Amino acid sequence: MAPHFKAKNLMAAAGAVALVLSAAACGGSGDDSSSGSSAKNFSFLAINENTTIAKTLTTLSQKECATQNTAQPLEIKNQAQASLDQQLQLLAGQGALPQLFTAANAPSLTSQLADNGSVLDAASVSEGVLPAASSTIKSLYDGKQLVLPTELNIEGIWYNKKLLADNGITTPPATWDELVAAFAKLQAAGVQPISQAGKGGDGWGVTRWVGNYILRQQGPDALKKVADGQAKLTDPQYVAAADAIAALGKAGYFGKSPTSIDYATALNTFLTGKAAFIYMGSWALSDFNDDTKNKIGVDNVGFLKFPAVTGGVGTADQMPANVGTAIAISKKGYEGDANTQAWVKCIVDNYGTVALRDSSQITGFATDAGVEVPALTKEIQTEIGNVQTSVLWFEAYFSAKATTISQGNGGLLGSGQLTGEKFMQTVTANLG
Amino acid sequence: MHSVLGDRKSVALLLGPALLVYSLIMLVPMLWSLGYTFFTGSVISGFTWAGTANFSKLLDDPALPAALWFTVKYAVVITVGQVLVGYGLALLYVYFLRRAGSIVRTLVFFPVVLPTVAVALLFQKFFEFAPQTGPVNAAIEALGGTGVDWFSTPGTAFLVVALMDIWRSMGFYAVLLYAGLLDIPDEMMEAASMDGAGTWRQIRSIVLPLSLPVLVSSLVFSINGTLKAFDSIYALTGGGPGSATTPLTLYMYQTSFAYGDYGYGSTIALTLTVLCLMVTIFIFRGTRRDLAGVE
Repeated sequence: MAPHFKAKNLMAAAGAVALVLSAAACGGSGDDSSSGSSAKNFSFLAINENTTIAKTLTTLSQKECATQNTAQPLEIKNQAQASLDQQLQLLAGQGALPQLFTAANAPSLTSQLADNGSVLDAASVSEGVLPAASSTIKSLYDGKQLVLPTELNIEGIWYNKKLLADNGITTPPATWDELVAAFAKLQAAGVQPISQAGKGGDGWGVTRWVGNYILRQQGPDALKKVADGQAKLTDPQYVAAADAIAALGKAGYFGKSPTSIDYATALNTFLTGKAAFIYMGSWALSDFNDDTKNKIGVDNVGFLKFPAVTGGVGTADQMPANVGTAIAISKKGYEGDANTQAWVKCIVDNYGTVALRDSSQITGFATDAGVEVPALTKEIQTEIGNVQTSVLWFEAYFSAKATTISQGNGGLLGSGQLTGEKFMQTVTANLG
Repeated sequence: MHSVLGDRKSVALLLGPALLVYSLIMLVPMLWSLGYTFFTGSVISGFTWAGTANFSKLLDDPALPAALWFTVKYAVVITVGQVLVGYGLALLYVYFLRRAGSIVRTLVFFPVVLPTVAVALLFQKFFEFAPQTGPVNAAIEALGGTGVDWFSTPGTAFLVVALMDIWRSMGFYAVLLYAGLLDIPDEMMEAASMDGAGTWRQIRSIVLPLSLPVLVSSLVFSINGTLKAFDSIYALTGGGPGSATTPLTLYMYQTSFAYGDYGYGSTIALTLTVLCLMVTIFIFRGTRRDLAGVE
C-alpha cells in the first residue's frame, strides 16, 4: 500500500466533495432572472387571502395576454398574508423577488424596497391607471407610483338587510349611537351583530374600527398627527376611541371568539347569514357577487359609511379609501427583460376590464365602457366616484413592527380582553 | 487503527471535509450573526454601525423579559413533562407491559414522526372554540361545563402548547429511557424482591439510581430542544394571543425578518445563546457530580 499517494488522492476528492456540498448549501433556487436574458417564467407572488388577482391574471394569460404568456408563461406562487412581509424581505435580501408580487402589508416596507432599488416606480408604465388611484398611491408612497392598483376600494360597514328588517331595524343606522343600539337589539335577539376576524395578523378587521372611530371623532388628520409627532395614541381622546371598540368586544358584539376567526371565516359568517354586519372593503364585491359564496343573496347586502360620532369633527363622507391589495413590480425583473415588460403593459391595458367583467372587482385601471356590472357593484362605483375626501386606515403610517403588533392585538381588543388604554400603550411602545 | 489515528494526514483527511462543511454552515453564520449585533438595519435598508446600541436596547426592551420568561417557563414545564411522562411510560413498558409493550411503544412513538405543523393543526382543531366547537369543548359541554376559548388567554394557550409538545415527544423519551432501563440486570431486581423490597422501593433504590445517566441525557436533549422551540408554537398559536406565547426564537425571527432589524434580532439570538450556554454548564456541572456519586 502506498499511503501517501492514496492520502493525497483521497484528500483532493474529499476537498472537492466539501466544495460541492458547500456550494450546494449556499446556492439559490436557480430561478434567476438577473442574467440579462429573459426569465423563463413570469412569476407572481400572490397571497392566499386574495384569489381575484390570481384568477384575473390566469384569465389574461389565456386570453388577452396569451401572446405574452407564450413567450413567458405565468407562474403563480402563494403566500399567507400574515407572513408576506417576512417573505418579501427574505426574497429581496437574496435578490430573488419575482417579477410581480403582492405589495407589502406595511407601505413603509414597500418604500424601503424601492429605496433599495428592488421595486420599480411604475409611473412610466401605468398610463392606464385612473387619476384617483394614482393619487391614493402617491399619497402613501411619498409621491411615487410604487404599486399597480388591482383594487380601488372604499371601506365601510356592510349589512344584511333581511336580518336587520327581521329584527325590527327598518332604517339602516346613520350614527354611531344608532349603530350600537342596533348591535344591542340584535344581540338580545340572539343574532351575532358583527362578524370580524381577529386571529393573528387578521386583527386588522378590528383595528379598522378603532382607526375610523378616531377619524370620525377628531377629523381626517388625526392619524397623520400621530405620525408627525403632534399627538400620541395614548392621548385620552385616542384611548377613548379604542375603549369604544373594546366596549363592543366586551359586550360580545364581535361574536363568540374573534381571536379564533380568520378573514375567510369572518366573511363566510356574514355571507351565510350568521352575522348582521361586517366592516370590509369593496374588494369583497367579488365575493358578494359570487352566489356560490354568498348565501344571503347579493340584493340583501347593504353598504353603510362608517357613521359619525356624537360631538366628533369627522364626517361620514370622509371615506376610508385605498388601493387594497396592490401589486408591485420588481425593478430587477422588469428592466432588461422585454417579455416581462410586454406582460406588464398587457396587464395595465386589460386588467381593469377583465377584473370588472369576471369578478365585479373595481380596480384602479381604466375599463372598457361596455362592461355590464351587477347593481351592488354599480352602487359602489358611484360611491367611489363621489368620494371627496379620502382617509387612510389605522396602521397606514405605522412601521412594519407597529403594524404587526397592532393587528396581532386587534383580536384581543375585539374580544374585550384588552382595554383601549392597554392596546394603545402596546402599539405606541412599538411605533419606533 | 492506532497507526491511522497517529498519522496527522489521515486525521486531517478524516476530519477535514466534515470540519469544513461544519465551519461553513455553522461557525461562519454564528460569527456573522455575532457581527450583526454591532449594526442596525437590514439587507434592504442597508447596515450602519451601531456600536453597543443593540445591547442597550436589549436592556430597555419591554418585550424581551416577557419572551425570556416564556422561554424559561416553556423549557422547564416541557422538559419536566417530557422526561417524567417518558420515564413513567418506560417503567410501564419494562415492568407492566412486557407482552403488549411493542404495540403500546409504537402507538406512543407515532406522534414523534408526525410533522410538527400537522400536529399543531390537529391540536388547533381539537381545542377549537369558534366557529366550530372542537372535541375537547364538546366533551366539556357534554359533561355540563362551559366551553373554554383556549387560545384567547395566555394561561390556557400555554396549557395547550404544553400538552401538545409533551404528547408529541413523550414517545421519544419513553424509548430512550426504556433502553436505559433494559440495562438494569434482572438478577438485581430479583434479589431485591427476594429480600422483600416492594415495587416502589425497587424503583427508588435500584431503578432510579441506575437509570440516572440516561435520565440526565434525556434532560440535556429535552432542554436543548425546548430552549430552541419555534415551529410547534408558531404553528399552533403564532405567538399569541397578542405576544403571550412568544419565545425568544420567535421574537428573534419577527425582529429580524418581519420588522427588518437584523442587528437587534442577532442580539436577541445572542441572548438565547448565552442562556443555552448557562443551562448547559449548569447541567454538566451538576451531572458530573451526580454521575461521580453513582459510580
